[in-house]
Amino acid sequence: MSGDHQALALVLFSAFVAVTLGITTWVGRHRRGSAEEFYAGGRLFSPMENGFAIAGDYMSAASFLGISGLIALYGYDGMLYSVGFLVAWLVVLFLVAELVRNCGRFTLADVVASRLAARRVRIASGVSSITVSVLYLVAQMVGAGSLVALLLGGTGEAARSWTVVGVGALMVVYVSLGGMRATTWIQIVKAVLLMAGATVLTALVLSRFGGDLGRLLHTAADRSGHGASFLAPGLRYGGGWTDRLDFISLGLALVLGTAGLPHILSRFYTVPTARAARRSVIWSIGLIGSFYLMTIVLGFGAAAVLGTEQVRASNAAGNTAVPLLALDLGGGAGSTGGTVLFAVVAAIAFATILAVVAGITLASSASVAHDLYASLGRRRARATAGDGREPRRRWGEVAVARAAAVGIGAVAIGLGLLAQNLNVAFLVGLAFAVAASSNLPVLLYSLFWRDFTTRGALWSVYGGLVPAVVLVVLSPVVSGSGKSLFPGVDFSLFPLENPGLVSIPLGFLAGWLGTVTSSEVPDEARHAETEVRALTGAGAA
Amino acid sequence: MEKQEGRSADELRLDDPWYDALATGPADAARAAPAVPAQSGGTGRTSAEVYAEVQRSPAFQEVRSRYRRFVVPASLVFLLWYLAYVVAATTAPGLMGAEVAGGLNVAMVAGLAQFLTTFVLTWAYARHARLHRDRAALELRWDTQEMTRAADR
Repeated sequence: MSGDHQALALVLFSAFVAVTLGITTWVGRHRRGSAEEFYAGGRLFSPMENGFAIAGDYMSAASFLGISGLIALYGYDGMLYSVGFLVAWLVVLFLVAELVRNCGRFTLADVVASRLAARRVRIASGVSSITVSVLYLVAQMVGAGSLVALLLGGTGEAARSWTVVGVGALMVVYVSLGGMRATTWIQIVKAVLLMAGATVLTALVLSRFGGDLGRLLHTAADRSGHGASFLAPGLRYGGGWTDRLDFISLGLALVLGTAGLPHILSRFYTVPTARAARRSVIWSIGLIGSFYLMTIVLGFGAAAVLGTEQVRASNAAGNTAVPLLALDLGGGAGSTGGTVLFAVVAAIAFATILAVVAGITLASSASVAHDLYASLGRRRARATAGDGREPRRRWGEVAVARAAAVGIGAVAIGLGLLAQNLNVAFLVGLAFAVAASSNLPVLLYSLFWRDFTTRGALWSVYGGLVPAVVLVVLSPVVSGSGKSLFPGVDFSLFPLENPGLVSIPLGFLAGWLGTVTSSEVPDEARHAETEVRALTGAGAA
Repeated sequence: MEKQEGRSADELRLDDPWYDALATGPADAARAAPAVPAQSGGTGRTSAEVYAEVQRSPAFQEVRSRYRRFVVPASLVFLLWYLAYVVAATTAPGLMGAEVAGGLNVAMVAGLAQFLTTFVLTWAYARHARLHRDRAALELRWDTQEMTRAADR
């Protein structure tokens, strides 16, 4: 990559950072400092705005660059990801969005705690939410470091470290100063940029092939070196049975995990009603669906225009396929059009990472302050029989959330720096698997099962979370192979890289088992209240 | 509330009956009769009893069964269809690679069909909720809130 690209890309990066910081300070001027404002942005976003923000939260740089790259390298098998990422939204739309909006106030734990013994359940849900967020966050931070290094050519250790630190510092500023309102606007800006960039590139690819998709696919197959099998599954996951099971496991985690991602759930609280939450999800399904359709065109386009070999030569994981494609579509290296398009794609990828990490940081700071700190604080307040503690604690909670954002930023920067030379691609799959195994069961049981008890909730959270994490520790991604985190040792007992296939059923099973074995009499009245509130919105925040 | 029907799409928020009702309040919402008959005049009950009573009411049971009658089968269908797709893609690449027509193979058709069914189910759910649930749910919401307010007094 030549100096021109870098200079222009840096200018665009800086422009995005300036705009987002502008948004943050502008929002900060009007802030009232209430929990409502900090966690939910005042709850008055329109469905369209929230739909763009949800799409912005969900479409990471990994899907923009990574999925297109996988398609450019492995053809059809890359496409399997985009299908899973989209279908997942039906779970959100049908079973989660409206009910969660009606029952909760700020976090996932609100929904569960509303009908069960609040404190222990709240702490359990808070712990699993924070686990999911931190896994996702570290993956994004490490990705940011290597991506910026890749796009700007500065592959030196120092450049990557400073990128991780810079991204972490920016996300802390966005979240702790601007709260949900600033984060939402940043997501909207990012989603518009990402959709616009993807649309322009897709249009250029299609016009290169005269609008003929068939010719695009054939050229891609020819230039991939695999022929017709490039357009059918099997190039990447067609190996041994463990490979195949691994993909099924990942597919399950993607589809069921999305509905348990804390930063997605917290987005439903930014709109006034359940109906608005539904309409936000419909907007985001439209946006996300068209986006993934475009990544498919871009992936096959990269294979057709550049050839799979050139993509692989630039980056073995295929992450540079889209930037290289942009360079070629703009007129090739050295041309003005190529330089501009390349820089635009690089800047969009960067904006994407910044926005996604801000969303996750906000969700995890909400879990720390609203779930963990507030539950511990409540016990203390009860012990001292403090009356009228409500206004004081509310204020304290937002201050804690701001501080938590700083703390989480520091942890994420630290872990990101430690892990930056490790292969952490599995972390995103793991985050989805944990979300599907511990957050989704407890959420669905609380919303739909009359006899669900506190023990069932605790068992389903820990019964999903612990196996997911333990299985990954015992899997080949951590030890036992050349690509592991610790290649030197071998304690890999579990053959799959993604634990979802085992841990998701375990989470559901543990919740059921805990409920049927507990002596607690299910609280009919609170179930009635949850059900009525979930379906009608009575008493919704 | 009825006058809202058929407004242009750029007035999304105003077009939302929930939002409208929130803005104007239950007193302005002209309604024939409460969906949940007030049995004991709204006093002498706790809010827990109110929720239990609403839950037992036919109006609520109707909203709930309409919701479940759509969501349960639709969720089963798309989950099974997605699982079948992923399992077929990973275990039967031969079948998936078979050509259907015009250079398109089974895998491509199935993949694009996944996108299509997702969009269609989204549309169907939104339509079902709008036509069969929203209005009844909103009325229940106001009734419940009025009754709990009376109970809290």
